[in-house]
Amino acid sequence: MNPAADFGGLVLATPEIALAVGICALLLLDVFLGRRALTATLTLAVLALCAALTVSYAHVTTRRLLFDGLYVADELGYLLKLAGFLVLALGLLYSRAYLEQRRILRGEYYVLALTALLGIFVLISANSLLTVYLGVELLALSVYALVAFDRDSGVAAESAMKYFVLGAIASGALLYGMSLIYGLTGTLDLGEISTRLNSPSPLGVIVGLVFVVVAVGFKLGAVPFHMWLPDVYEGAPTSVTLFIGTVPKLAYFALALRLLAQGLGGTELEWSQMLVPLAVLTLIIGNVVALVQSNLKRMLAYSTIANVGFILLGFIAGTPDGYAAALYYTLVYVLVALGSFGVILLSSRRGFEADLLDDYRGLAQRDPLLALCMLLLMFSTAGVPPLVGFWAKLRIFQVLWESGHLWLVIIAAAMSVVGAYYYLRIIKLMYFDEPPAAAPTAARGGGARLALGLNALAVLALGVAPAPLLNLCARVLQ
Amino acid sequence: MSAGVLVQGLFYAFGTVLVLGALGVIGARNPVYSALSLVLCFVTAAAIWLLIEAEFLAVVLVLVYVGAVMVLFLFVVMMLDINLAELRQGFTRFAWLGCVTALAVIFEIAGVVWARGTLGVDAARGPVPTAPNYSNTLELGRVLYTRYAYPLELAAMLLLVAIVAAIALTMRHRVNLKQQDINAQVAVRAADRLRIVKMDPEPRP
Repeated sequence: MNPAADFGGLVLATPEIALAVGICALLLLDVFLGRRALTATLTLAVLALCAALTVSYAHVTTRRLLFDGLYVADELGYLLKLAGFLVLALGLLYSRAYLEQRRILRGEYYVLALTALLGIFVLISANSLLTVYLGVELLALSVYALVAFDRDSGVAAESAMKYFVLGAIASGALLYGMSLIYGLTGTLDLGEISTRLNSPSPLGVIVGLVFVVVAVGFKLGAVPFHMWLPDVYEGAPTSVTLFIGTVPKLAYFALALRLLAQGLGGTELEWSQMLVPLAVLTLIIGNVVALVQSNLKRMLAYSTIANVGFILLGFIAGTPDGYAAALYYTLVYVLVALGSFGVILLSSRRGFEADLLDDYRGLAQRDPLLALCMLLLMFSTAGVPPLVGFWAKLRIFQVLWESGHLWLVIIAAAMSVVGAYYYLRIIKLMYFDEPPAAAPTAARGGGARLALGLNALAVLALGVAPAPLLNLCARVLQ
Repeated sequence: MSAGVLVQGLFYAFGTVLVLGALGVIGARNPVYSALSLVLCFVTAAAIWLLIEAEFLAVVLVLVYVGAVMVLFLFVVMMLDINLAELRQGFTRFAWLGCVTALAVIFEIAGVVWARGTLGVDAARGPVPTAPNYSNTLELGRVLYTRYAYPLELAAMLLLVAIVAAIALTMRHRVNLKQQDINAQVAVRAADRLRIVKMDPEPRP
């Protein structure tokens, strides 16, 4: 008899179950082993084990509901979860030396990163307003603690406080919108909600929808709900910034897709009208304000905002192709952001944060490998053809064109040109400026540098052969 | 007078007390009175829950929120030295904003109640009366550990995160404690303790 059958398809929830068990094991091992350096290795082992179990047991080809419809297992979730495992593992690999130098390499850091990942998975697989909210909170609470993790840093504490207060308001808005929708439809199940909402939607649903859109906009960092993003990116330890800038975006993409496109699909006309001004403002403010930043982390924060604008554009198109383009853009953005923050982490030393643009003057002479990686990553975000960022932008333009949003294509293209300036400025600083006299030399750190090199190569390889990932994204959102 | 009218009368009576208590929370000058008003709110809300036959939730609300959380709150309020004048600053200045928000919320709730009918959700019907030996607690436990096992486990993870985060953020090793750290003593290097200063020899007097 097949043992899997006894649990009614529970194996499909392997990613969450394995991760939860791994977290508990890691907490205990960390206490009893007492060696911090080992915790980092163990965490990577836990991630690898969970990913392996996911690949072997949780492979899904058709959509299935588990736990009485609270959990959905589908190909989209499978893809996003595998991406989550990979990105978090690489991120932890990059940040290990940084944590050690700042004396914040403690077991709790890894435990909180894993619980955040669990929250992300819950969000990715949520099929009920209840699980959506639990996922959002699990992720948010872990991240607040991570931002404040460096207890001796006043800036980190301040940005954690800001993040916490604003995040609580966003959670409140989400909860309020959900309760209005629940009150009107009488169900928490997202599939059920979409069948019960029939157009034209009553006023109450629209009011609830406004709150949900505000919360999604806040979580993604869309203008005018972006205020927290630059401060948190700048104030948090760079390793935490890397985390916030990468894996949660996968979850918030899933949040927007499951809530807006699937659950509230009946109100698509209304929410796409709300998203249009958000997306336009996000593209303009993100790109224009990034021009005047002198801090690289802050500049990348505004670059994140600008990229979120593109993801929203995919949703505005409102077709399966549009969602697939948004998914592709999200995956590409996460890959590139991972590398960019990785470069900052590997350039920093004890007592030297490497977060100012001036710190990158003449990097090509001091550390050719890092400079080359940064060159590839920045060209990709700017959208230069052989790299993957170009295809991501092109696909968004295509779906917008097909759905008849010509003026949005024009704005997005114009803002891409503005954005290219500050990405190219970094390349100019690295390759054509003289290094300052007292610049630190290249550091060693074999594993992380190798991983970063592979990360940058992946950006190039996916750009040369974009078809497999593009087709995959289109298939999971059929 | 039928039982339905009596229940309705009780609901409006408790509802009035609840709203007055909520106003007391934000309006009281003394934070201790605010906390006590909140206790009143919780107890009245528990009474309203009793009216819809949710006994278990009502008991838990009183036990957990009034018995544990609010007592803790009162302790904190009494122990902190709160500057009342500073706390009250800007109350009148922002009062209009609060009023506008409250009016908007009332309007929205009214909209939802009004719109429920159009969506086919029956709102006017009260709870179905249950049999005399019906156990609310048993039924709640039954769905909580079967149908809602997944959210229950997630809530447990949330509490675990809260514990880990609280300990990671607040537990500190005191710096000036007079105790020996053998590891630090053994690991000490000459460079940590000894500083060699190069200087010119002093001229002979």
